[in-house]
Amino acid sequence: MGRDVVRVRVLLFARLRELVGSDAMEFDLMEGATLGELWERLREGFPSVRAFVHPPLMAVNQEYASPDRALTGGDEVAFFPPVSGG
Amino acid sequence: MFRIVGEALALDALVLHVSGAEVGGVATFVGIVRVENAGKRVVAVEYHAYPAMAEKVMREIGEELERLFGSLRIAMVHRTGRLSVGEASVVIAVGAAHRREALAAVSHAIERLKHDVPIWKKEFYEDGSEWLEPASVVPRAGINK
Repeated sequence: MGRDVVRVRVLLFARLRELVGSDAMEFDLMEGATLGELWERLREGFPSVRAFVHPPLMAVNQEYASPDRALTGGDEVAFFPPVSGG
Repeated sequence: MFRIVGEALALDALVLHVSGAEVGGVATFVGIVRVENAGKRVVAVEYHAYPAMAEKVMREIGEELERLFGSLRIAMVHRTGRLSVGEASVVIAVGAAHRREALAAVSHAIERLKHDVPIWKKEFYEDGSEWLEPASVVPRAGINK
């Protein structure tokens, strides 16, 4: 039996949002795909993101996560630059 | 109280919020938009946030403060939107039984906020603008773990 396709929501912030020209989008992934794989998908789909040379910070459901984190349907993913509040 | 807000910050309200019969001292930090950064003359600053995550991470910082310094009353509020030079971008107030814990906690709180809370600053100069992106920030996966 094949893996299911799941849909995740992706939020972008700050300079990444400007590079992509959008603040949110949805991606269909194979269940178990990782955060790092999703980032590569984004880079392929939006070549302008390549101007962002460093790996971004990543979060799943409002918690920091590492690129090997497996995603499940309905996850809220966020990619963003190093933070600079204060 | 851990909040991202769009309007001007009022220190008095936060001090009141963290005061109480068991509180012997309140320490505060107010971050203000400065006219100069890295040799450039700043005319305005725009703060953007991921509000749901920012408030969640601020609550986690609050829990960390209480683990480190004992029982506290904490208010941490960051403003977003366009700010002029001299306006407050962040206010932190910590009430504790004794001054030492209040002062240490407020100092720890602003360092952690700057390192972990998903907020970004875009500076505007007379001749352009720029997102500030600290070069060497290591993401912390699950800061409470």
